[in-house]
Parts: sequence; C-alpha cells; structure tokens
Amino acid sequence: MTRTTSIWRDPGILIVPAIAFLVLGFAVPLVLFFVETLREIGSFADIVDEAVTTISSRAVVNAMFTTNWIALLVTLLTLFAGYPIAYVLANSDRLRFTLILFCIIVPYFTSVIVRTYSWMVLLGRNGIINQLLLGSGLVDHPIALLYNKLGIVIGMTYVLLPYMILTLYAAMKAIDPSFLRAAHALGASRTYAFLHVYLPLSAHGVLSGCLIVFILAIGFFITPALMGGPSDVMIAMLIERSVEIMLDWPSAAIMSLLLLAVTLVLYAVYYRVTDVRRMMGA
Amino acid sequence: MSLKGAIDLRGVTKRYGEERVVDDISLAIRPGEFFTFLGPSGSGKTTTLMMIAGFAGVDGGSIAVDGADVSALEPQRRGFGMVFQNYAIFPHLNVFENVAFPLRARHRPEPTIRERVTWALDLVQLGSFADRFARQLSGGQQQRVAIARAIVFEPHIVLMDEPLGALDKNLRYDMQVEIKEIQRRLGMTVVYVTHDQEEAMNMSDRIAIMNRGRIAQVGVPSEVYERPANAFVGRFLGEANILDGGVEAIEGDTAILRIAGLALRAKVRDTAKVGQRASLFVRPERVAIGDATGNRVEGRVRRVSFLGNIVRYQVEIASSTHVVVDVQNSRRQAYAVDDPIVLGWLVEDSLVLVD
Repeated sequence: MTRTTSIWRDPGILIVPAIAFLVLGFAVPLVLFFVETLREIGSFADIVDEAVTTISSRAVVNAMFTTNWIALLVTLLTLFAGYPIAYVLANSDRLRFTLILFCIIVPYFTSVIVRTYSWMVLLGRNGIINQLLLGSGLVDHPIALLYNKLGIVIGMTYVLLPYMILTLYAAMKAIDPSFLRAAHALGASRTYAFLHVYLPLSAHGVLSGCLIVFILAIGFFITPALMGGPSDVMIAMLIERSVEIMLDWPSAAIMSLLLLAVTLVLYAVYYRVTDVRRMMGA
Repeated sequence: MSLKGAIDLRGVTKRYGEERVVDDISLAIRPGEFFTFLGPSGSGKTTTLMMIAGFAGVDGGSIAVDGADVSALEPQRRGFGMVFQNYAIFPHLNVFENVAFPLRARHRPEPTIRERVTWALDLVQLGSFADRFARQLSGGQQQRVAIARAIVFEPHIVLMDEPLGALDKNLRYDMQVEIKEIQRRLGMTVVYVTHDQEEAMNMSDRIAIMNRGRIAQVGVPSEVYERPANAFVGRFLGEANILDGGVEAIEGDTAILRIAGLALRAKVRDTAKVGQRASLFVRPERVAIGDATGNRVEGRVRRVSFLGNIVRYQVEIASSTHVVVDVQNSRRQAYAVDDPIVLGWLVEDSLVLVD
C-alpha cells in the first residue's frame, strides 16, 4: 500500500505525460520507420550491403563533407561572435542585461523561415548589403552573398548564435567573481586575469556551446535549403531529397540512422562535459 | 622590521547614494603593524578594506602607501597581498600554480618562481600538497594556500578580509596563532577585517572599532577592552555592565554617579561634567562577590548561567537595574536564584562613559 502511494507522491510522476507524448509521437514512429524501411531492403546482409553502398556513394560522401565543414565553420563563428556577447551579458547590470537578452531571445522565438527570408532580403543580388557596397563604390559588381556556402554559413551562424550565447552565459555566470578579484589583487593585469583565470574557468562552457551548436548544425535543413546553392547539399537535404524526389526510402533511412548515430554520440559527449542536471536547476 | 608598509588614510569617505558607508576616516597604519578593523556587519570595515585594496573607489579623502597616493591606482598596481573570506583558490590550478600566480603575473623567471613557491608552501606547512587541487583540500588547508599565495611575492602589506570566518572555532584559534606568527617573522603590515572581537584582540597590535561608517575607537587591544571610548565599544568587545545615571560630583579623576538611587564611584575622563547624563562601565570579571574597597552594592540573584569555566550571575541591584558578575567556576561559592548577594568592585576598574 505505502509503496503505491509513495510513487504517486513522487514529483517525478509529473514528467510522465511529457515522456509518454515523446515516446508515442516521436520515438515509436521513428523506430517503426526504421524497422519498416530496413525490412523492405531484406536480410541483415542486404541491409549492410545497402548501407555500405549508400554511405560510400559520391553524393553522400560529398554531403557529409559539406555538412561537417559548414557545421565546423558555423560553430567557430558562433563561438567568436558569441563569446564577447555572453561576456558582456554575464557582466551587465539589470537594465543592460535585460536589453541584450531581449535582443537575443526575440529572434530566438521567431520562426526560422521568417528569419531566413529576412536574411535573403539583406544578402540578395539587389539586397541592402549589395546596394550599400555598390553605392559606396567599394565593389563594381554585386558580390554573391547568397545561394552559396557563404550564404548558408551566414544564415546558420545567425540562427544558432543564441544557443552559443546562452550556453556560454550559463558557464560564465557560474564563475565566482571573487576569482577575478583575487587575480587582480595579486597583481594580474586585465589581460592576464582574463587569459589565465576567466578563459579557463569558462572553458567547459565553450566546449558545451560548440557541441550543442555542432549537433544542431549537422542536422540543419531549412536555412541551407533556402540560402545555399545547388551544389551545397547538406546531409539533411539529401535525406529529404531521397524521400520526396527519389522516393528511395531505404537510403533515406540509412542516412537518417547515420545522422542519428553521430548526433547521439556527440550528445553523449555533451552530456559528460555539461552538468545537464545542474543546468535544469536540480 | 621593514620600514615599508605604512598606510595613511586621510578623510576617506565612501557614499552609496545618500548614505555614507564610510564617513571621513583618518588613521595611520604603521609599517609592520598588525592592524584590525573590527565591527558589526554594515559598519563599513569591509568597504574600508576594499578601498585600500582598490576594488572600491574613494569618494572623498585619500589613501597613501609609504607616502605615495594610491587612491586612483588599479588593484593590480598597488602591490598588496590579499586573502579573501571564501579563499578564492583558483579551481583550475593546483596548489603550486595557485601560489605561483602572483609571480607568473609579474613575469618572474621560472627558477625564482620554483624557489619562492616552495618557500611559501613550507611556511604554511603545505609543502607536500603542491599537486593537489582546491576541491581536495579542507577549509583550513585552502586558507593556508590563500595565505601562501598572498605572501609569496613578499609584499610589504597584506590585506585580509575575514579570512577565518568560514572555519570552525578550534581551527580558527590555531590559524590566528599561525597568521600572527607569519606576520611577525616576515615583518609585514597586515590589515585585517573581522567581526570577531576575540580574534581581533588575540592577533592585533592595534584595533579600530567601527560603527556606522565611523571609527569609534583606535587602540591596543587591552586599552580598547579596558577603557572603551563609549558604550558601543564597551558592549561590542564582550560582556559589559553599563549602568545609566547622572554625574553628581567630580573629585579629581573620580566621579560620583547617581544610579538608581545608589552613589557609585568611577574613573572619569575630562569629557564628563557635573549634572550630565552618563553611564558607569565595569566588566563582569572585575566585579567580585562579597565586600570590596570601592563600590559596594546589594541585590538579589535573578539568573545563574553555567558557562563551563565561569559562572555568570545576573544580579538585580535596583528595580530594572542589573549587574552581571562572572566568577571562576569553583566549589567555593554557589548562589541560587533569589539569594541575597553583595557585590563590589574597585573604582579603578570602572569608568564613566559619556555618549
């Protein structure tokens, strides 16, 4: 008797509806999709055969290379753009903090499609940036900012920047300001204190931020599809093409499994370096 | 003792909005002196230390070190060692690197660093802990690392902000002795902040007792304890009997006070005048049970507190006037609540306080 009541009293019971929804709406269909599609291919040997063929095909190899390269660039750019912003955010008074956070969060809650189209207005051949460059005489011809890797990288960096900033902010906020005080009191210049105290103490935030941005970047679809050129195919676009255009569900399933596996491995690393429970407030 | 390490505060003031957190403080800390700012929280002692360290700006007045005004210098240019209440041991560096930090920040050569860090760690008896990290150390050990780090570059002045506040009582006493010993051996000036009066009296050459942003009294420990400048200092430095009344007569350095109908004698400073409201101050351990030459009062025991080595009696000598007496715990005397009792104390042991 007491056992049953204690289970119902455990606040953990409150996450059951959410877990049930995720299992029924996400995990079950995903597993069914993989099982059904892979069964279509045939025996286990056939599946391995198909997987090797798919993964070693030129299209997939190219897409994996493009995906990793873009994800890496985007990760580094969000890091270099995000670190100073997170630093200012973590060391601001209330008003400035609210203002900066507002600027970060509002786009975060705006649809990715809306934001991507906005960038296309800015970056297009006759977009505002090219008009400014032409008008100021800096260039003779409009430069190609869109429908190439540059466009993808700009768009994705913008979309993923808040993830980097907020992750870095969480790590920086956890740095006890007395460490910096101690550094200064003991004779460290601002630069020395930053390089030898602040940066090392925020390092796990850098790692977490890079992992979360990289994980999100390798699965990106909308932004590269809209802002990239015909040759800039990322793995998620290839999966979509296999399903929608080629109707080749088996290779779509194999590519999805590959992407899922890589994501899970990276997430496992992320979980190890980030105290997820602490971030959730536990 | 070194000749360097003098600090001069002249009219130092700190405002937060309208409030003067530190209000026009002037004092001279001598080279090689162990100087303590003692006071309750909010008295301005930590703010004063932060202004000396350079973390808080000075809104009025100036701070000079060995004659040079440092009021506008950044903390890292003042060249002080500093120990913080929460230790602030860098968690990403081991003990050796923590202690080496001030030397590396000053770009000292590697052999010097090795030699100085070894010297500092030996001084705090942590020679064998060089490879440990802060999380592997006890609170007392972390505080030793913080002290080693503050003295490794041989500063003339070391600032300490309630460094023992987080330690338990026994360890705190041992560390007091140790800090005092290091200070004496190195001949450095220590500016120490605490709210613990025993700690202040045990370690300090001189104490500044602070109250509401001002210095209530500066003096050697025995002086501020035995001859407090006012009732606040008297109460803050331990148990005190402060009996309110008025000055009836002054004969030389002795005043006769009228307190709850009783005429009591006490030593007087030049500030008191006949007819003025004043209090009589006497420490509980200076009051004796039984007759004494000097002041003699009769009363009834209202409360008995057993405190281990001493027994404390609260005695009512008139309605709503109480005298607290501390006697050594012995088998000789034992009084119970409501027992009649006679108390006495020497005139030299009591003092007239005028606020």
